[in-house]
Amino acid sequence: MTGNHQTLVPGGHQTLALLLFSAFVAVTLAITTWASRKRRGSAEEFYAGGRLFSPMENGFAIAGDYMSAASFLGISGLIALFGYDGLLYSVGFLVAWLVVLFLVAELVRNCGRFTLADVVAARMRERPVRIAAGTSSVTVSVLYLVAQMVGAGSLVALLLGGTSEAAQAWTVIGVGALMVLYVSLGGMRATTWIQIVKAVLLMGGAIALTVLVLVRFQGDFDQLLRTAAERSGHGDAFLAPGLKYGGDWTARFDFISLGLALVLGTAGLPHILSRFYTVPTARAARRSVVWSIGLIGGFYVMTIVLGFGAAAIVGPDAVRGSNAAGNTAVPLLALEVGGGAASTGGTVLFAIVAAIAFATILAVVAGITLASSASVAHDLYASLRRRRTKPRSEVSVARVAAVGIGVVAIALGLLARDLNVAFLVGLAFAVAASANLPVLLYSLFWRSFTTRGAVWAVYGGLVPAVVLVVLSPVVSGSPESLFPAADFQYFPLQNPGLVSIPLGFLAGWLGTVTSAETPDEAKHAETEVRSLTGAGAV
Amino acid sequence: MENHAGRDPAPVDAGARQVPFDDPWYDAFASGWGELDGTGAPAPLAPPARGEHEGRTARPADIYLEVQRSAAFQEVRGRYRRFVVPAVAIFFTWYVGYVVTATTAPGFMARPLAGSVNVAMIAGLGQFLTTFLFTWAYARHARLRRDRAALDLRWDTQELTRSVRGGER
Repeated sequence: MTGNHQTLVPGGHQTLALLLFSAFVAVTLAITTWASRKRRGSAEEFYAGGRLFSPMENGFAIAGDYMSAASFLGISGLIALFGYDGLLYSVGFLVAWLVVLFLVAELVRNCGRFTLADVVAARMRERPVRIAAGTSSVTVSVLYLVAQMVGAGSLVALLLGGTSEAAQAWTVIGVGALMVLYVSLGGMRATTWIQIVKAVLLMGGAIALTVLVLVRFQGDFDQLLRTAAERSGHGDAFLAPGLKYGGDWTARFDFISLGLALVLGTAGLPHILSRFYTVPTARAARRSVVWSIGLIGGFYVMTIVLGFGAAAIVGPDAVRGSNAAGNTAVPLLALEVGGGAASTGGTVLFAIVAAIAFATILAVVAGITLASSASVAHDLYASLRRRRTKPRSEVSVARVAAVGIGVVAIALGLLARDLNVAFLVGLAFAVAASANLPVLLYSLFWRSFTTRGAVWAVYGGLVPAVVLVVLSPVVSGSPESLFPAADFQYFPLQNPGLVSIPLGFLAGWLGTVTSAETPDEAKHAETEVRSLTGAGAV
Repeated sequence: MENHAGRDPAPVDAGARQVPFDDPWYDAFASGWGELDGTGAPAPLAPPARGEHEGRTARPADIYLEVQRSAAFQEVRGRYRRFVVPAVAIFFTWYVGYVVTATTAPGFMARPLAGSVNVAMIAGLGQFLTTFLFTWAYARHARLRRDRAALDLRWDTQELTRSVRGGER
């Protein structure tokens, strides 16, 4: 398999993949209709699905929200291309859940209502804090959405042959339109069920592929690694760190920066935080996280097998030939382990995996859109418009916001088409870790934290993170950049986390110590008591 | 005190008293505490925060301060922090150590251990393993050492806020 863009597959299995995907769309639309039938139109219902999901349901939904196209397509692709360095993503994405479990999930469930800003605003002057936290939440969500859109685009490129730019663009637009429909009609209840269905499908697909890969090597993981190393052309270096991030010190710092962003970013992702509000108590929130850690951990172990399996069975050259960033390694692997492009087994398996990847993208996109529309309506709109609005109208605003965010994400998704999905998600994590995590941790644990500290913590993380990305080699100055022709690259690292996360914490501290405001003892006591006991939680 | 709907600490509608915490998975506890006392309300085993200031008039804000200072709350907070602070320190150091070693000492990480499995692979799988272990330990600690006391406190605090609010109305 050589050449850059070719139709890998005869028409038959494209049709099958499209059929399966249409089936998923039909099922999710049915869910949406069913969910909106019971909808009462309250904010409680729209943002939190009535708060009565069970820990297991929510655990699956969290896993569904989290295991994005970036994990399924991106990480396996990175492992297939760069070996061990891709594995860092898997480790970081999983370890991050300890931060969520220990420091965030229960406390946020107890203190907040719908968004991150609720937790912070409970202690502070509401308006500036809401505007700041709302802005950063929307920024993170849009970045994350772009990654999903790029994933959808590259999948279609593989499926339809990639030569048709128009088909790729239309898919991105179609995915965007569908998600807006789900979110604005079904709210959190429909979104949650879509996540659950998707999580089950994704786990099933990953398990099936992993088993097939292991069967091919007679269950000998060692043999799998050896074959992958040989086939990669790098030998044993393929199984050790350094292939992608090993060169100069810039690359190494980039690796550390990424590692930090991954582990600290999850706890600041708005669509993950909003999931904790869909269960009735903090205890249920904790149990959902335990469920999701089990699911996510199992899934990432499988992505390792799939990544090395793709290197061993498909070969890095074929992976790179199909998509330079490696995003299509897993579908190609499915084609091979099913029996090859000419066989029925290969065709069917490829179609199934492609459809699951589509479903994954759709579901994650719906989850993020919902969370960001909540930020727009509940935080930004409610603060920027002083007139007291009824919950009903807030929900209408959220529906409109979902459309607006969809349009922005589609436009950016078309622009960023050629970047690796896992890498793009790394950026979203860096911004979340810099802008959202400091303010969240300070509000929950620091007695003297003030309004100014909160506002500075958000902007002090958000602005450096975004500016550093704009000045980084991702945007300009190298052939792989978004704008290869321009050169305004002044920051060497691709991932800003190493600099912007400490800056976020520093800014929050600085804002607090320089502010004249005396911290409100009673409000701090209220936050602390409520966060640990659940008193007064909605 | 500004008080939008979500921060109202007490269920407001009359007759809601019997459901102070609507957790449908409440019965999953092993310890048998929190059973209904026959009047439809759970029987709190020890009412630690209550009684310290009965008969005193207090604003709702003061109640949280009082609860925060109560020995029962300090105990819950202490238990939470005594577990979480060392645990975060350990897993974060272990993770950062792993990432930094992978970057600065690839030669060490590439050292083969058994067949093609090297130090890096073992360290990576070790991260997975410790994550699962920490999750299990935290869930167990919270279930056995914190949940019960926290729920008692929640109940007491809500009772107190309700009585204060009731007095104001």
